[in-house]
Amino acid sequence: MNTVEMRSINKSFFGTRVLKDVNFSVRPGEIHALAGENGAGKSTLMKILQGVYAMDSGEIEVAGTPVQINSFQDAQKYGIGMVFQEFSLIPELTVAQNIFLNREPKNKLGLITDKESVSQAGKVLESVGIEIDVTAKVSTLSRAYQQLTEIAKAIAANAKILILDEPTASLAKHEVDALFKVLKQLTASGVSIIYISHRMDEIYQICDRITVLRDGNLVAVESLGDVTPQVIIAHITGRKDVEMLSHDGRHIDRSSTPTLKVEELVAGARVKKVSLELYQGEILGLAGLMGSGRTEILRAIFGLDKKSGGRLFLNGAEIAIKNPRDAKSGGMALIPEDRRRQGLIMEHSISSNILAANLGKLSHLNFLNFEKIKDYSATAIADFEIRPPEANRQVKLLSGGNQQKVVIAKWVATDPSIILMDEPTVGVDIGTKVEIMKLVRSLAAQGKSIILISSELPELLGVCDRILIIKNGEIHGALERNEIRDEDHLQLMVQGINA
Amino acid sequence: MNIKSLTRFDWRSSFIYWMFALIFLFFAILLRNDGFLGPNNLLNIFRQTATISVMAVAMTLVIACAEIDLSIGGVAGLSSVVVALMIRDHGAVAGVLAGLGVGLLVGTANGLLVSRIGIPSFLVTLGMQGVAVGTAALITNYAPIPILNDSFNRIFGSGSIGKFPSVIFWSFTAVFVGWVTLTRTTLGRRILATGGNRDAAEFNGIDTKRIKFTVLLISSTVAAIAGMIYAGRLQTGRYEWGTGDELSAIAAVILGGTSLFGGGGTIIGTLFGALLVGLINNGLILAGLPVSEQQIIRGLIIILAVALAKKK
Repeated sequence: MNTVEMRSINKSFFGTRVLKDVNFSVRPGEIHALAGENGAGKSTLMKILQGVYAMDSGEIEVAGTPVQINSFQDAQKYGIGMVFQEFSLIPELTVAQNIFLNREPKNKLGLITDKESVSQAGKVLESVGIEIDVTAKVSTLSRAYQQLTEIAKAIAANAKILILDEPTASLAKHEVDALFKVLKQLTASGVSIIYISHRMDEIYQICDRITVLRDGNLVAVESLGDVTPQVIIAHITGRKDVEMLSHDGRHIDRSSTPTLKVEELVAGARVKKVSLELYQGEILGLAGLMGSGRTEILRAIFGLDKKSGGRLFLNGAEIAIKNPRDAKSGGMALIPEDRRRQGLIMEHSISSNILAANLGKLSHLNFLNFEKIKDYSATAIADFEIRPPEANRQVKLLSGGNQQKVVIAKWVATDPSIILMDEPTVGVDIGTKVEIMKLVRSLAAQGKSIILISSELPELLGVCDRILIIKNGEIHGALERNEIRDEDHLQLMVQGINA
Repeated sequence: MNIKSLTRFDWRSSFIYWMFALIFLFFAILLRNDGFLGPNNLLNIFRQTATISVMAVAMTLVIACAEIDLSIGGVAGLSSVVVALMIRDHGAVAGVLAGLGVGLLVGTANGLLVSRIGIPSFLVTLGMQGVAVGTAALITNYAPIPILNDSFNRIFGSGSIGKFPSVIFWSFTAVFVGWVTLTRTTLGRRILATGGNRDAAEFNGIDTKRIKFTVLLISSTVAAIAGMIYAGRLQTGRYEWGTGDELSAIAAVILGGTSLFGGGGTIIGTLFGALLVGLINNGLILAGLPVSEQQIIRGLIIILAVALAKKK
């Protein structure tokens, strides 16, 4: 009898089917990998299991009994525990207080007895092999320990099924080992684990079986002992409609001085001696898994994170970039990963967002020049095909893709020679994705140099002239576009598997 | 896997006690010939800070929940005049019940507007402060209402238990109840969870709207009790009692080490925060400074203390 059995699950959002007759099952004591590209339906399927979304049709059984899961509390009742990426812990409370939050042990007077929760929490942690001081405040713990606390909390609430979503993304190597040890110990006591990950090496290291989703369809359920990573990656990527984004095979002249040269850049724990060269008109892709350090490389170059070593050269001249203002005056622009939080002022209009990065140009003696602002926004809206074309519309009312265009328009208006882009197509519909990629290409054609990060490998393959493989904060290889056969080839490189 | 030392010394948590000791010592030396250390003066400091410390205890719960209540001064004033009017016409018991009624009524209004309609507590309670003070002025026509009921006056402020003024009894009761609530009850734990990470609290099945409602109700009701303490101590109800107390109460809470961003809170720290504010007032008066200079120095000391407490 399976611990979880999901049958013929269907789910649509606004008329788009995101899950089509998907079956999914997990055996007792197994670690089951759930894989697929972004948007394949993994998180929708898991949110149905947690009671966050209601399925349109289908059935769910837990330990052989049909169940209705309509809320997170229902899921908890049936022993389904989620280990959140955005943690569900209260930072100012201790580990023990968090583990027993909202079900604290009490004495005869009805008062909370922390002594009791400390000893009970200690037992739970011991049983799963986690060593944490249960009286420590959660805010003083590293992310890895916070995650282990989350796991302990779910186990203490009698979870029989744990869902982990990219649990190792922000962990160091020895922390990953500790996590895996705990997971193994949990399965020995009969707990089943659903392990969502993009990392083939980890999947092979600890998972028993794998389910692959693609475009809302179930494409494979395999025992990991029976298949090679190559086969799984072929399942994950499938046959792509590459026509929209096929590379134009243009050639970049690298005989001149590079526009940007980075020498042995070191920053924080995730950028270790990174060197790269970027030439005029070139689109350089950074390919790597989440947490590989690719975002941090851009942040360090742009002066958002403190550099602890290395040198930067702009057109051959050394430049010190201590903060984003230095980067901006050196002709750089960074289009950040999280446009809602870092890229835009959501309550403001399109034109005032564009204005924000160009105050100097659009004002005279610190007074805003409204004529100029109007012209400027009108040009940007036309050039970048922002829809609807209303300069005074609040950006929060635009679609994700159009918001992204506003971010790009804003930075392009500063006339940078180097544009750093971090996941510019996240949360953007497919049509706009292609538009944004074409935009990237036309910016390069105008002579701008671009570094592009994307988890969507077809995008990198579609526009990049060169791709650097990033792993553990280091560059593990530089590939000319024509050296890469196809997406599977690049995926295997990113995973560190020899093709 | 070994646990690295997790006990990072958080000097914010003990800051208030050092600060209190330092300033106490400073005045004790500076004002040694002005009767600062006399038992009467020390009792006076307690007496003068009683209303503030009572309100500050409730404010600790509100701030721990990541909300704020700016209406408490107004509620104290309104409660004092309603109590005075009711005692005059219907006796002491009716007076006390009506005073509590004022607190429950305003607290319910604040709570509903914040938790159900979703208006920030900052704005709701700022508006409510005006409503409360205005109502108190309106129903008394700006006149003080004397309270002639001796037992009310004794219980709520003018009397004493043994050597101790009854106001001190109120202040310590508030501290004790507040401390038990915050550290030993599920309500306290839910307040900390709601203030610390609201989404996480919801995921843990905590009804965070209800928690917000509850803290604002408690805060208003406690402010109404503080209004009665004013009325008893001064044997009068007057719309001006409590004016500006919300700022002193907030200063006491923050000085005491509670984070203005919610999620943490210490009642004992708040008590010392309130006493520190009282200590500074008392010392400056004894030093014979004119009111204008007292105000400047008091303001600077509070800013300095909070700035130091913030720095890790």
